[in-house]
Amino acid sequence: MQRVAVEAVVVVINRLMRGIAALLLLLPLLTTAEVLQPDRLDVMYHSYDGGGATIDGPSVLVRKNIADTVSISAGYYVDMVSSASIDVLATASEYSEERTEYSIGLDYLHDKTLMSLGYTSSTESDYEAETVSAGVSQTFFGDLTTLSMGLSFGENLVGVNGNEDFSASAKNYRYRLSLSQVLTKSLIAVVSAESIIDEGFLNNPYRQARYKDSSVPRGYSYQSEVYPLTRNSDAFSVRGIYYLPWRASVRADARYHDDSWGISATNIELRYLHTVGQDWLVEAKYRAYSQSQADFYSDLFPFRDAQNFLARDKELSEFSSNSFGLGVTYTLPERWLSIFEKSTVNLYWDNFQFDYDDFRNVLDSEAAVGEESLYGFDANVIRLYFSFWY
Amino acid sequence: MNIAPLARVSLVLLALGACACTPWVKPYEREHLADQVMSFDRDPIAAGYLHHVYEAREAARGAEGGSGGGCGCN
Repeated sequence: MQRVAVEAVVVVINRLMRGIAALLLLLPLLTTAEVLQPDRLDVMYHSYDGGGATIDGPSVLVRKNIADTVSISAGYYVDMVSSASIDVLATASEYSEERTEYSIGLDYLHDKTLMSLGYTSSTESDYEAETVSAGVSQTFFGDLTTLSMGLSFGENLVGVNGNEDFSASAKNYRYRLSLSQVLTKSLIAVVSAESIIDEGFLNNPYRQARYKDSSVPRGYSYQSEVYPLTRNSDAFSVRGIYYLPWRASVRADARYHDDSWGISATNIELRYLHTVGQDWLVEAKYRAYSQSQADFYSDLFPFRDAQNFLARDKELSEFSSNSFGLGVTYTLPERWLSIFEKSTVNLYWDNFQFDYDDFRNVLDSEAAVGEESLYGFDANVIRLYFSFWY
Repeated sequence: MNIAPLARVSLVLLALGACACTPWVKPYEREHLADQVMSFDRDPIAAGYLHHVYEAREAARGAEGGSGGGCGCN
């Protein structure tokens, strides 16, 4: 009798041990971190207003998963541009145009590996761009580490409105590598590197270089810009996000950029995200950016064709910008839109201040040539969007 | 007692598993990491737009997260 009881206990323990062994074998599979993005629809109105330019329009992004391993996404985006910027006022007249962008994406999840493909097409009256991209992401070490890499290839066709004879092309190659690491139960860090190669016609064909010209009353004239036909750039960034015990987070970013045109740039960003109750998210952020100028940039060249490459594009000049942002997200009560699992309404505002160190305001006609006031402007960016999870 | 070999196998599997996947932050300690406040860019449509604004106004590009796509930033 006693022997029967012992055997029964042994059988039970045996089964328990087998169960534990099976669980141990399955553990790596049970802790898969790489997951597909959830099904969601985003509808956004975006607006940029600053420096005489207004750019706004709608944007829509939809994502749908199929069979837990495949996710497809599609995007639609429009920029409606109305510009009387300093560049336009100096050498041309106010214009309006529209840019439309379509994108599709495909993600495939296999165990701990996420593979993605993307295609984007952008069209405006004087510029067409097509980009294809591919990426792969893999988690390691108990899902605390994620390594991502990707590449993209873009082909651009550049035209000039009013000049049907002008046509030029440019190619763009991007290679990126990123490592995300869970450091503690409250801290995640990401380091990234990206190399970009541009080849072809890289100018903005409307922008002009300025040179001293004593033969005209105002003392200067303009000529077409001439850029090198290649540009290589490298960027490195470190980002961290830390959880605060009152269900908030602080995020810090830093990036360094360096390119073959002689431009070095750095930016830092701090973001604080705070929850209020279950339904409100409030965000505040600050970003500082600064860059040096391109080797072939000058606000005022000493004479026409002063060098083989010429630029007076303020985006290639030395400048700094600071921006502040505030935003709020509200999760709508489920009963309002019961067809969705979750719905949010979001309003974000960013204010930018750009200060140029060697780009002068040529509209300051009272000053002597080359001594005009330095240019600067501020811009407001609005993002108003609705997000629906289903 | 024939459970000893199975227990040994289980211990070996546990040790091997530890090499491959035992994290210093355990799965049950990741509640905070999974919270939406811990997402770098929780709304791709909004983050993508802001990256587009940066790339149109600044010479620096790349290593910023999820931006991309063609850009006719005249």
